Amino acid sequence: MSNVPPLKFVSSNRRVREDRRFVAGQGRYVADVAIEGLLHIAVLPSQYPAARIVSIDAAEAMKMPGVHYVLKGEELAKATEPLMNGLDTPNVRRFPLAVGQVRYVGEWVVAVVAETRAQAEDAAEKVRVEYEKLPYVIDSEEAYDPSSPPVHAAHGSNLLLDKTFVWGEVDKHFAESPRHLSFRVIWGRSSTVPIETFGVAAKWDPWREILDVWASIQMPKYSDQIARCLRIPLNNVRVHQDVDVGGSYGVKRGIKQTVIVAHLARLLGRPVRLIEDRLDNMRAGDAHGPDRIFDVEVAFDNEGIVKSMKMRALDNVGAYAGRSPFQLGKPIGAIVGPYKIQSVKYHAVSVTSNKAAQEAVRGFGQAPTNYAIETAIDKVAAAVSLDRIEVRRRNFIRSEEFPYLIPSGTRYDSGDYHTVVAKVLAHADYEGLKRERDQLRASGLCAGIGIAACLEPSGGNSSFEPLLNEKNTTTTWMDSCRINVDGLGFVTATIHTTSSGQGHETLAATVIGEVLEIDPDQIRIVRPDTLSSLPSNSPVGSRMAIMLGGAAFHAAQKLKAKIVRIAAHQFGCAEKDVTYEGGTVSNAALKKKLGWMEHVTIAHRNFHLLPEGMEPGLEVTHVMQVPTGTQLPKDGRVQMYPCHSFEFHLVLVAFDPEIGKPEIRRYVIGHDCGTVINPHIVKGMTLGGIAHGIGASLLEEFVYDSEGQMLTQSFMDYLLPSSHEVPHVEIVHHCTPSPFTVFGQKGSGESGYLGSPAAISGAINDAVAPLGISFSKLPIRIAAISDAIAAAKNKEKA
Amino acid sequence: MKVRLNVNRQLREADIEPRKTLLDTLREDFLLVGCHAGCEHGVCGACTVLIDGEPSRSCLMFAVQADGYEITTIEGLSPAPGELSIVQDAFCETHGLQCGFCTPGMILTAHALLEGNEAPTREDIVEAISGNICRCTGYGQIVEAIEHAADRLRKTNVPRKTGGAAQGEAAQPDGPRGGRS
Repeated sequence: MSNVPPLKFVSSNRRVREDRRFVAGQGRYVADVAIEGLLHIAVLPSQYPAARIVSIDAAEAMKMPGVHYVLKGEELAKATEPLMNGLDTPNVRRFPLAVGQVRYVGEWVVAVVAETRAQAEDAAEKVRVEYEKLPYVIDSEEAYDPSSPPVHAAHGSNLLLDKTFVWGEVDKHFAESPRHLSFRVIWGRSSTVPIETFGVAAKWDPWREILDVWASIQMPKYSDQIARCLRIPLNNVRVHQDVDVGGSYGVKRGIKQTVIVAHLARLLGRPVRLIEDRLDNMRAGDAHGPDRIFDVEVAFDNEGIVKSMKMRALDNVGAYAGRSPFQLGKPIGAIVGPYKIQSVKYHAVSVTSNKAAQEAVRGFGQAPTNYAIETAIDKVAAAVSLDRIEVRRRNFIRSEEFPYLIPSGTRYDSGDYHTVVAKVLAHADYEGLKRERDQLRASGLCAGIGIAACLEPSGGNSSFEPLLNEKNTTTTWMDSCRINVDGLGFVTATIHTTSSGQGHETLAATVIGEVLEIDPDQIRIVRPDTLSSLPSNSPVGSRMAIMLGGAAFHAAQKLKAKIVRIAAHQFGCAEKDVTYEGGTVSNAALKKKLGWMEHVTIAHRNFHLLPEGMEPGLEVTHVMQVPTGTQLPKDGRVQMYPCHSFEFHLVLVAFDPEIGKPEIRRYVIGHDCGTVINPHIVKGMTLGGIAHGIGASLLEEFVYDSEGQMLTQSFMDYLLPSSHEVPHVEIVHHCTPSPFTVFGQKGSGESGYLGSPAAISGAINDAVAPLGISFSKLPIRIAAISDAIAAAKNKEKA
Repeated sequence: MKVRLNVNRQLREADIEPRKTLLDTLREDFLLVGCHAGCEHGVCGACTVLIDGEPSRSCLMFAVQADGYEITTIEGLSPAPGELSIVQDAFCETHGLQCGFCTPGMILTAHALLEGNEAPTREDIVEAISGNICRCTGYGQIVEAIEHAADRLRKTNVPRKTGGAAQGEAAQPDGPRGGRS
């Protein structure tokens, strides 16, 4: 970070280069990829939460027009390996189609292949499956009870993870503290629900032995998993990363879908495609988010200082494991939020149930945890009769205390929470906002102010893997960039993931342009297929500004160093005696100068002019390790992500007590993600994250009834925030650079979402506090508000 | 059965099943893949096209119902290859998109609004796009894009509908229109 010259392109309001193709309708999504001879898949879902498959009769379906094949689970299971589990739970086996037994409503039982999707759907209706119903469990606490029917009999129980961490002297701190309080909050099962469902197409070429895959994917090590499942060498799998992804925010993982499609493509000798329809996606895209019960206890004093916290998080991952239990692990890296809580006992429990499988969702479990922590702080403030912001300020880590080691082993990089809060309060006129709330109350409305302060751990390594699974020894989560200057002097750089809306082409071009001092618009960014790619772990864990930005920076520095070396060699002077400026290298004392094209010519054509030992050409590569994350866990502690962005939400909500439909009257967020590389992109992330948070806190939930049926399968029931529900949001910026990154940047891909559910919940609870009621489960739906208010008023009358 | 449709000011013919939606026909038979399938039950608006200038859900309409109407897809909006309309350019200026999946429908909706309303208020814009769900942006930069486009359109001489459809009041085409209450 030291000696950073003024930035020319970084932090400037440049356009996002990806936008041009999308506004013209020229994005290339998986469903747009034209492949000759393509066959289409429709899947048949289970209608029971748990049942033994007695028989499958596909004879009639096979006779339907256009039908090529009906694939059953047993056959697929014989030909493939089970899908990977994150934890060491070998008996929780998962295959893409149900084998012998279904475990949730909607689970895919057979895949029908036909000339068109419509024909495949028609034929799927003709498949007869005989089931024998089995006992099932939906509720998380029931699933945790050892007497519950295990979803996987071979595993013996529904428990996937039951691990208690004690960081610091929790018992002592609780004993010392004069005040304690405890509560339960519930984060309902929702997800990011991209508007594009998951889709994948695959083609097997037996002569070249190549499996070509086009997918709507955002998945670290995606092709590794496909190769493993299909038992083929990884260099036989070519994933095309120039496929645009229509939104992901974590969930576009698609391994099971890909295994089905790839297996069928090999079997039938024809390219095959599966594009989920909305019903497939909602019921069994295996893309639901955390479903979590928190029991929290805090120890504090009369000044509102929180000394210790005990948290049990019980997460219901649904019928299969995958990586989802890790979503209890990532929040360990910010388990005390922005506060100086000295010790923590964390009991992480992950259970299976007969719901759809859970997948990674924006923040990887951090947003629910922040909701629990922020609820605790609100309750402490109420208990000691102090302003909620004042209590936060008293507990915040101070700017001079960074880098700050939290009890669970992560060192926070930097921050200035008090300044961000002060700026937000000044911008919003906090006293005026309180008066406005009181005036609204006086006019007969319910009105409340919500507050949330939280961190966005960013730069994603995967330290939670070895922390929760001792057999896992992952200590790198690298990302890479390659830059090539061609024989005519034009610059092309590679990035090694798909586009799902975060502007990585813009990011890489901006950073390379900054270092080389050339116009980023002149730099081409390409996304090679996975066989031509360098290692990448995809845009998870809010990491690309740090990791791709870092890799591009270091690659550009290597390129610049090579150019400087070539020039110094021509000048016959030391490298330190030349100056690089805008692609031209000069030595003022010697009155010598070498321009960009001269370097290009020497590197590409004049080997005799190159310094001894230098490779010809102007091509460089950098594979970047995550800053700070280099060690395996020790004693249940580990350095999780390197950087920590801060956000502070201040929200005013009002609603009619009879109707209960919350209107967000004011939304101000203070945001500090260090140096911003592209302001448009960061703003979009924050605003979009807040919209997701509004959905999770007020509208969205995958609701299952006691029979295990999913009640919210369509967008008529699973409600997404529209432009009416998302208010105008005011962003107050602050910049505390990270000492661990090349420009001082931190992550922002999860911003907004990590704190808005806590803030909105706080606002609604403030609004109903005068009635003596509160809400402890998200989403707080309109009906829940009006019903609770009506019940409270009836009780008052009685 | 054979249909002949007026798409982006061109007559296009296709031989399709009567049950085929306009969305699938545009995508599969005319290769106009800027029109996207999001929910296929009329809520999300990713499949929005203009039918006689009015934003409509192509997933809720059979192709055979579209006979006789003027259909505009996102591909019909760019003035020339590589050239953006004012509305499209405004979305680039404010970054009114991320993944781009809802964007064609959103831009067609914005285009229709601005054809009939020279100076839309923020409320007009919010109302106009409320049937198009975007999961990426939280709508802020979309609203800014439309405000910016309105401003730029006012300063140009691009001819627009006069006294035409203000949002919500226009005559509805026969095809079903989606929308949220």
